[in-house]
Amino acid sequence: MHIFKNPHYNFVRWKWHAIALSWIIILAGVLVIWKKGMPKGVEFSGGTIVIVSFDRQPDIEQVRTALDRTIPGGGANAIVQQYGDPSQKRVMIRVHSAGAEAGGSLSATADLVTAALKQANLGNLQVVGTEIVGPTVGEELQTRGTLATIFALGGILVYIAIRFQFSFAVGAVVATVHDLLITLAFLAFFRYDLSLNVIAAILTITGYSMNDTIVIFDRIRENMRSMRRDNLETIINTAVNQMLDRTLITGGLTLLSVIALFFFGGEVLKGFAFTMIVGIITGTYSSVFIAAAIVVIWQGRKPMKAAPAAPAATSARKPGRSARAS
Amino acid sequence: MNKNLRWKIVTILLVFVVFFGIGAYPLMATRYHLPAPGWLMQHQLKLGLDLKGGVHLVLRVNTDDALKLTTTTTSEQLRESLRTANVPSTSITVEPPIKFRVEGVPPDRDAEFRRAADELAATNFDRNPGPNGSYEFTMKPTVARNLREQAVEQALQTIDRRVNELGVSEPSIARQQDDQILVQLPGVTDVARAKEIIRSTAILEFKLVEAGPNSSKDDLLKQYNGKLPGEMEILSGAAERGSTDSSTVYYVVRKIAPVTGQDLRSARQGLDENNQPAVLFELKPDGGRRFGKLSGENIGRYLAIVLDNRVISAPRLDGRITDNGRISGGFTTESANDLALTLRSGALPAGLSYLEERVVGPSLGADSIRAGVISSIVGLILIMLFMLFYYKLSGLNAIVALLFNLIILLGLMAYLGATMTLPGIAGFVLTMGVGVDSNVLIFERIKEELAAGRGVRASINAGFSRVFLTLLDTHVASLISAMFLFQFGTGPIRGFATTLSIGLFVNLFTSIFVSKTIYEIELSARQTPALSI
Repeated sequence: MHIFKNPHYNFVRWKWHAIALSWIIILAGVLVIWKKGMPKGVEFSGGTIVIVSFDRQPDIEQVRTALDRTIPGGGANAIVQQYGDPSQKRVMIRVHSAGAEAGGSLSATADLVTAALKQANLGNLQVVGTEIVGPTVGEELQTRGTLATIFALGGILVYIAIRFQFSFAVGAVVATVHDLLITLAFLAFFRYDLSLNVIAAILTITGYSMNDTIVIFDRIRENMRSMRRDNLETIINTAVNQMLDRTLITGGLTLLSVIALFFFGGEVLKGFAFTMIVGIITGTYSSVFIAAAIVVIWQGRKPMKAAPAAPAATSARKPGRSARAS
Repeated sequence: MNKNLRWKIVTILLVFVVFFGIGAYPLMATRYHLPAPGWLMQHQLKLGLDLKGGVHLVLRVNTDDALKLTTTTTSEQLRESLRTANVPSTSITVEPPIKFRVEGVPPDRDAEFRRAADELAATNFDRNPGPNGSYEFTMKPTVARNLREQAVEQALQTIDRRVNELGVSEPSIARQQDDQILVQLPGVTDVARAKEIIRSTAILEFKLVEAGPNSSKDDLLKQYNGKLPGEMEILSGAAERGSTDSSTVYYVVRKIAPVTGQDLRSARQGLDENNQPAVLFELKPDGGRRFGKLSGENIGRYLAIVLDNRVISAPRLDGRITDNGRISGGFTTESANDLALTLRSGALPAGLSYLEERVVGPSLGADSIRAGVISSIVGLILIMLFMLFYYKLSGLNAIVALLFNLIILLGLMAYLGATMTLPGIAGFVLTMGVGVDSNVLIFERIKEELAAGRGVRASINAGFSRVFLTLLDTHVASLISAMFLFQFGTGPIRGFATTLSIGLFVNLFTSIFVSKTIYEIELSARQTPALSI
């Protein structure tokens, strides 16, 4: 069974369209982040989360009014949401402040929230979870998250440069950075909080997107040996077409498992699953349209190393600096 | 069936049985109450706090406190030494954390001053002379660094002792950053008490009372004409029990404490003469000697028992006390117990602040487990259905490989003592998607080879051998990013990175070795090979 029977699409020809489309999404993302800011989870912004379980269905507005009494700034500034399935009767309350870091009073705000709810006439309630993060942790995490992503990209760049050639490494890294930017843009569009789990998903996308790109590069490398007479564009197009079934099947299957996570994985993993869904789609797209296009554009500036024009190859030199013998 | 193939089958079955026994079986046994022999259960997969419920605390050791203590102590010792050496009218001011300044050393006593300073402060402090007989002492950077390091290490050990005394099962106390400590207490519900016990610095000091108690600070100061002598300080404390006054009172005490909490050998909760809860303590021999001297020389005076710079009681010294004593002062049984616990485990060298506090109730954790298991099963079923539909019998091969992958992954995680967290479950789900990719790559390659007109056997061989290098490249690249993820993350994220990395290794084994062997079994069973793909 095949999804495509002998596909011969000219993917490279659409490279400028693809790049333009990506730029539009990325710039729209930048605009949204600039106007509305990147929503940040409590790990990054600091603050207090209290998850409360009620014995009868709570009314979100009542909870908010109850908070008005004790919380600095009132309940209007707090985020009050249904947490998990409605049948669980749980509410998440997020306040942007936490108690002072010095001393033992970090949980002061959480205590205020609990006290306010207990005073209000909302039925029996139980605090099932709290999360309190002081401002120091958030700043540290931001730095470490950014560094981890940069180092991961750098590490993979070096690895591909060694195993393939430099232009491939550039293509793979550009494609991956592209995926990260698009994912961030979608997180901003759909207002998902940047949390620790989301960062984990972003780093996973780094790996996944590379993975996808490397599979296609690997076939390009193989074709460079078997199709010496053809130019780079043809070689790349052939490789992408040959791998098209695999790309779609793998992308689709991984997507299936992440979609299962999105719908059944619970509240904590929602952000993670959403990030992965976007990342897998854009990762698949970029390995077909962006990564190879970058290689073509990068190589186009220089004399073609990979595709000798004359049919009679003057020297037995291998195309490219392919690192391994077949 | 040739011998080679038989060995492969035996190996695979053995691996399966072993890892199933280590990983999946104990989980199932706990869930469905199957027989569970102890030797099998000892490696049971550890669950993270987010699944099991418990308290997760990140603390920072305020290492400045330790530096400040050293600076203050040194300056006080210098003051004493200058007094005995008759160097008059000098004033010493401490600029915390690492500096103190001496002013007004008369030129004719400069030599004595220098001798005293060399003896007491030369090892830890740099001395800079200023105008008019003033000197500035600054702690040496190496000394400061060592003190900070020691403070964190000591705090780590003290917290460890305290948590152990709390009786939490499987606590984890680890250093996280330079000055941060991560404390994880599974199953603890009384968060406030745990936090207080961990955090209380529990610096116990016995200081002689010079004046007081008095409810007004100013009245006390008047006795000294508005300015305390340098060797004395004012401390606050609760009014004596039994008096009607419940407000704060003040004492003038000597700054130097001849006996401190470091001299304690043990402490426990007991009762005082009025049958009220109290803390009973015993002193080490050396401390006992000093306590004997202190109490013997000052009979009739009052001794302040100071905990974390607050006077908790100031009893009269009625006789010489050597090796044991009692602290009473309005305790409840629990607070006396907690104080005894913290005193036993030693004082913290520096104050602690909480940076992060996370409490996961057991019900929340249970929900997460359920959600994780459901999404894993749904994902697995979807993938299996697609593989069967698209690759027919070969799809079955991929499914067997995938199930092997998951069973071995669980087993390895349990064996290595890795912790399963909620993001770890996400990693598990993701491993299914990425894991099946290896099979897709191989099958697609086999299809291409078949389309190119090769025989079944040759196509299968070519499929596996050509794809091997691709798999190597993709897996190494994924490992690189997982490695940085591990570096970056704390608890739950590390669980994710661990699951992902182990999953990658296992996947190489199952997709190449297991899948290939299944094909070989199929081929060896038939005379004219045909492939359902």
